[in-house]
Amino acid sequence: MLSDILVHGLMNGAVYAMLAVGFSLIFGAARIINMAHTAFFMLSAYFIFYFGTTLALHPAIAMPLSIIVVVAIGVLVYYVFMEPVREHGTAVLIVTVSLAMVFQELILISFGGHYRGVNSIITGFVSPMGIRISYQYLLTLGVVSLSLVIVWLVLMKTRLGTAIRASAQDREVANLMGMNVAWIAVATMAISVTLASIAGVMVAPLYTLNPHMWLSPLVLVLAIVILGGLGSIKGSFIGALILAFIEVTVVFLMPGGAFLKLAVALAIMLMILVIRPEGLFGVYLEGER
Amino acid sequence: MTAIGIALRYFRNEILVLPTRLIAVLFVLLLIFLPLLTRDMYILRILSIAAIFSIYAASWDLLSGYVGQVNFGHAFFFGVAAYTTALLNLRLGLSPLITIPLGGIASVLVGLLVGIPCLRLKGPYLGLATLAFPIMLTGIIFAFPEFFGGELGISGIARLASSRLNEYYIVVILMLVLCYIMWKITDSKIGIIFHAIREDEIAVRASGINTTKYKLLAFCLSGFFAGIAGGLFTHFLRVAGPPMLAVLMSFQAIIWSIFGGIVTIYGAVVGVFILFPALEFLRAAAEYRMLIFALIVLLVLRFMPQGITAFFRDKLERECPRCKVRNAITRKECRVCFSGMK
Repeated sequence: MLSDILVHGLMNGAVYAMLAVGFSLIFGAARIINMAHTAFFMLSAYFIFYFGTTLALHPAIAMPLSIIVVVAIGVLVYYVFMEPVREHGTAVLIVTVSLAMVFQELILISFGGHYRGVNSIITGFVSPMGIRISYQYLLTLGVVSLSLVIVWLVLMKTRLGTAIRASAQDREVANLMGMNVAWIAVATMAISVTLASIAGVMVAPLYTLNPHMWLSPLVLVLAIVILGGLGSIKGSFIGALILAFIEVTVVFLMPGGAFLKLAVALAIMLMILVIRPEGLFGVYLEGER
Repeated sequence: MTAIGIALRYFRNEILVLPTRLIAVLFVLLLIFLPLLTRDMYILRILSIAAIFSIYAASWDLLSGYVGQVNFGHAFFFGVAAYTTALLNLRLGLSPLITIPLGGIASVLVGLLVGIPCLRLKGPYLGLATLAFPIMLTGIIFAFPEFFGGELGISGIARLASSRLNEYYIVVILMLVLCYIMWKITDSKIGIIFHAIREDEIAVRASGINTTKYKLLAFCLSGFFAGIAGGLFTHFLRVAGPPMLAVLMSFQAIIWSIFGGIVTIYGAVVGVFILFPALEFLRAAAEYRMLIFALIVLLVLRFMPQGITAFFRDKLERECPRCKVRNAITRKECRVCFSGMK
């Protein structure tokens, strides 16, 4: 029981962290609440289904291919639809929600509404402490953790990372210091979609695919991001682990847990928010009140 | 004689001068006299539901547009009222005349419940925290299916009125009255404070206004109107179910209001009366229905980010540069101060 909770909590936490960090990044750099973020996750899961299962390409080709395609779509969509309405906070919301709906409907039309499965990249499992952990789980955990570490290094050690963090802290001043804020936002969008896409590609074999699979992760990602503090990468990471473990614990320990998992996770998020209104690691920027 | 004269003069001087006012009056007249033109049940049904949703969307605009407390979980108010009216009607056998106001009151209480913890939150934090409430309630509804009817919801509720035509008139007249009340609220002193809170809350507090009180008031007012809409909807469809609490239901209020134009109240009504029938008529293209719908919303907002009413209002009318009164675009000089319009 305990080891089950540990394994599933870590796994879900890592995937949620991938999504939440990407969401947080684009919020920081462009002040866009990107409701279509998890739709990119859904898109890449379907692309890996199409390339890997329908066209039967080798995973080593299919995976990078799906990621590249989805990132290209993401950047294009950012240029065409999000960037022009960026100044109108509420319009951005609806533009991104309707983008997600457009993706959902396109998938629904081209793949149909029924549940799909993707073959695992590697089969087999190990069973330490009497629980089965498939290799796909371990691989996903490994890739996801590695990507998170890489993003962390990029953000902390490179010029681009510094620029992203600077524009997240104060866009105007970053602009005045001679950074190309618009270009940074595009680069951030690319990174953010890449993270969502890697998560989608890795998780596809573990989940069942359906065109509505963006909605429930979206709710969780939103909860994680505000729990951790908007724009804070560390916050998103820790928030993801907290909410994932709460969810898994509720599923395993409470009767009717599958229905209540989201409710309990959100209730705990609200309680934390009442104590710390800016999230665990967020800060209010006085200039943007 | 004089009464008619005054009415005619009012019509000529206040309504005929501005094309948007004329459109609004024609719209109201059309809604009221439509049953004389057609008794098609399908059209009446669509317009009745659109009227109910207009109240719902306008109540979102009252809270989120005016006060700036962006609410992502507006379906909470709608759903709580829907379940309250449904349970009161089914378990206690109360008539819609009592259950709908009680549903509204339940939503006011719930508005306080949401408002109090959320008062400390600002901007996106508030929006995303409010998203949690309807989802938590949905979880509870699924966890106790005996009481709340689980996934199927509660059915077998009394009709709103004996015939579809009566229901249409009840709903449409309530919509006109409630939206007018909301519009008047936002036009009053309270409305000015709401505007000010959205623009700069700290400045309002520095002027000695208790913003907490006004924000809570906004939550309660918005909850009340959304609750009335929820109760009407339940009695109209004769079922209360989890879809009324879904994330999509909350988003729909936002889509309608922003599409129509935020911070206007009438924008929300326009948004619903364009988008809701459009979605119904798109049933002809069953498979592509949602795709076309989403594309319309996407493209309209991409090119008119302030909403459709603001876009066309600025095409039809212009503000006088001197006295700030709105004038029809055709006028060469202002209708109040007679200064040139260039």
